[in-house]
Amino acid sequence: MNVTAPLIEVEKLEAWYGRRRILNGVDFAVNPGEIRVIMGGSGSGKSTLLRHLLGLHKPRSGTVRLLGVDIARASERQMLDVRRQIGVSFQGGALLTSLSVGDNVALPLREHTNLDEATIRIMSRLKLEVVNLGGFQDLMPAQLSGGMIKRTALARAIAMDPKLLFFDEPSAGLDPVVSAELDELILRLRDALRMTIVVVTHELESAFKIADTITVLDQGDILMTGTVDAVRHSDNERIQDLLNRRPREIQVDADAYLKRLTEEAA
Amino acid sequence: MSDSENACISEDLGGYVLVRVCGEVDLSWSQQVRDAILAALGNSGVGVELARVTYIDSSGIAALVEGFQRARSSGRRYGLIAASRQVLAVLQLARLDKVFPMFADVEAARAT
Repeated sequence: MNVTAPLIEVEKLEAWYGRRRILNGVDFAVNPGEIRVIMGGSGSGKSTLLRHLLGLHKPRSGTVRLLGVDIARASERQMLDVRRQIGVSFQGGALLTSLSVGDNVALPLREHTNLDEATIRIMSRLKLEVVNLGGFQDLMPAQLSGGMIKRTALARAIAMDPKLLFFDEPSAGLDPVVSAELDELILRLRDALRMTIVVVTHELESAFKIADTITVLDQGDILMTGTVDAVRHSDNERIQDLLNRRPREIQVDADAYLKRLTEEAA
Repeated sequence: MSDSENACISEDLGGYVLVRVCGEVDLSWSQQVRDAILAALGNSGVGVELARVTYIDSSGIAALVEGFQRARSSGRRYGLIAASRQVLAVLQLARLDKVFPMFADVEAARAT
């Protein structure tokens, strides 16, 4: 793979849930070393786009290439190789409740490497130090606060030093100080460990602080991809609605609406 | 050894072994760095020179940590020498720059 090629390339991606089209032919690319923020309101399609980027959904139409691999055509071996190089911090943490904090963080290393246990222990505890949870390895997930769950999930996501890190709603439910610390950490991870990072968020302050570039999604369309300044100063009315928290006027297609309400197999 | 190639070479300076590490230290060969450091600690103090390390991941950092722990438990000298900017950034991420003995050059490391 060409080292300067985008790590993520999406072309004409469409996604549907039943009869509802969620993504309308989206084009999207993220270059190595970039921090890309995907922004949009509820129902904009950002979570659906993220699930496609993670390879959790295969595209019904269009292509998604991750680290040079077309995920719709990839073999299991290729997908495993891709998954070894990506880390995901899910919004709710997705920690295994039966495992301690330390074992949750060590899990990817135990699953994907043949490293000896001393190295795995140091690497996983190191990641807990990085997220300011040093010494908490023996706690169980049920004993953690929301912020600690989020930081544990991040520690697990970076356990393998991934090339590509996905972070879903890092600030959601956190107090402003912890949220600001996580923003700072995202920047330092990129700089120190050369990670390429995709963050999905609706928190404007966080997005503007960490992003190199922002993709704004609205009702399944990319309204724009640009720098923080370009997005701030966009003359797109919908983008300004998002930035200024103005409620949107929801367009109603009467035929589609009635079909959804009345048809058995809608 | 050129800057671009991965290498780990130990040099016996008489009672002190200098382990020179070069290139990108990652999962693919960090165990070799670990083995070299632990072997060098067998009967002498150790300095790990990191001036030509262009990238280090946490498995590489783990090798440095394990070496330091082993040196402390056996009462041997241990230090990181001329850590490159890239190495420093990773050490600082985990605040390990405040944990390891860090030296500008091998003379300073041996003088401790």
